[in-house]
Amino acid sequence: MNLLASLSEPVLGLVLALLAAGLMFTFSIPAVRKRARVLFRPMRPMQRLRRAIGLSVEDGSRLHVSIGQSSIASPNSASALVGLNTIERVGMLSSASDRPPVATSGDGTLAILSQDSLRSAYRVSSLPEQYDPIQARLTGPTPFSYVAGALPVIHDERVSTNVLVGHFGPEAALLTDAAEQEDAFTLAASDSLAAQAALYAAAQEPLIGEELFAIPAYLQAGPVHQAGLRAQDVLRWVVIAALIVGSIGVLLFGGL
Amino acid sequence: MKSPFATALAVIVGLIVLAGFFIPLEVVPAGGLADTLLSVRTLVLDWAGILLAFATLVGVFGLVSAHLRRMRARRNPDRYSILLIIFFIGTVLYGLYAYTVGQDTARFLQIVNAVQIPVEASLMAVLAVVLTLASVRLFQRRRGIIPVVFVLSALLFLLMNSGLLASLSGVPGLGSFLGWLQILPAAGGRGILLGVALGSIMAGLRILFGAERPYSG
Repeated sequence: MNLLASLSEPVLGLVLALLAAGLMFTFSIPAVRKRARVLFRPMRPMQRLRRAIGLSVEDGSRLHVSIGQSSIASPNSASALVGLNTIERVGMLSSASDRPPVATSGDGTLAILSQDSLRSAYRVSSLPEQYDPIQARLTGPTPFSYVAGALPVIHDERVSTNVLVGHFGPEAALLTDAAEQEDAFTLAASDSLAAQAALYAAAQEPLIGEELFAIPAYLQAGPVHQAGLRAQDVLRWVVIAALIVGSIGVLLFGGL
Repeated sequence: MKSPFATALAVIVGLIVLAGFFIPLEVVPAGGLADTLLSVRTLVLDWAGILLAFATLVGVFGLVSAHLRRMRARRNPDRYSILLIIFFIGTVLYGLYAYTVGQDTARFLQIVNAVQIPVEASLMAVLAVVLTLASVRLFQRRRGIIPVVFVLSALLFLLMNSGLLASLSGVPGLGSFLGWLQILPAAGGRGILLGVALGSIMAGLRILFGAERPYSG
């Protein structure tokens, strides 16, 4: 019985991972992509973000991407990975700007990876000479020191658009408040429930739950991201079905 | 161009670490392939731990160099950066002394905490004011029923968690209703977290397949 119990969790995990991988692979096949064209539902925050990026390039102001404080080795690192992808996309979209975007983070590994993401964005845009490592920086290693270090970036570096994507605590509301004072646009998304609650009240455009993981697809990061989004939709229905079947099973047959 | 070697290495290491999670330790026979896989996984994770520590050090030096540059800027030099540099050097030197020669780490930690805790507590107080104001401004920013529900539920749960309604828990019917209300946020939160978990799986798989590479190699 113990052996069965110890096996069930890894087997379930493996099945879910294989199903997710299979779905993503299927939706990435060009023939499947052509047959069923992806229609994204309009997301007002993402539309406003694209507009804000365009405006900041036009008026020569700066974009600020803050990717939170989770270590890349922690269970919350997935949101940081989305943040890194956002840095790269924002770097590419704003490469024509007079003022390069700035990225802040609260972890050493994220700071190094965000430097790499920005460098990659400039390399792809054929502007490698514009890259400056100081554009991506660690602002503080603890939650409040990270926020305190990021506040001067919002206040003093002529930032007109702030994108907060990653793992934050409720203290991220201090960043959105600073952006509000500077009359800057803010899009905020986090995987933390406490931060989502705080950002819903404090940010101009908050994203809730898994909407965070849709950011790269909406910024046209590539077909794999779109395939991932579609696979995520299918998996959501699988989980809903499993929950309903499980609940009915428990009701009919008692605890399994 | 991202290095194919770095991508291949990342994919292989990622697969080994992931496979290690799916192999239960109880069923692994000693000396088998699975055992070797688990040893490699442990070794790789140990290396990752060491690299993370050095990455923090690199990040801190990056922070210091950013402030040095801001301090020396020709236009609008940042005077507060001077303070940061002075206190950073002071903390590092005293920390090195306390941990090596002086052997008085308790005193060192006491001094650091005496500065850090009041500063963070005051930021927490500012946060409380910011969030209260944000709740008021929420009605200006968003229309519809959701902001009303958000603010009302925030007030209700503040009231419930303050303990003011504890005396009502003995009232028949009302007590069980309050108990039901207490588990409501957990149910909603679980729904959101399920979505986040699915998104995390997809993000992880993209890295594992080399479709997304937050490193250039």
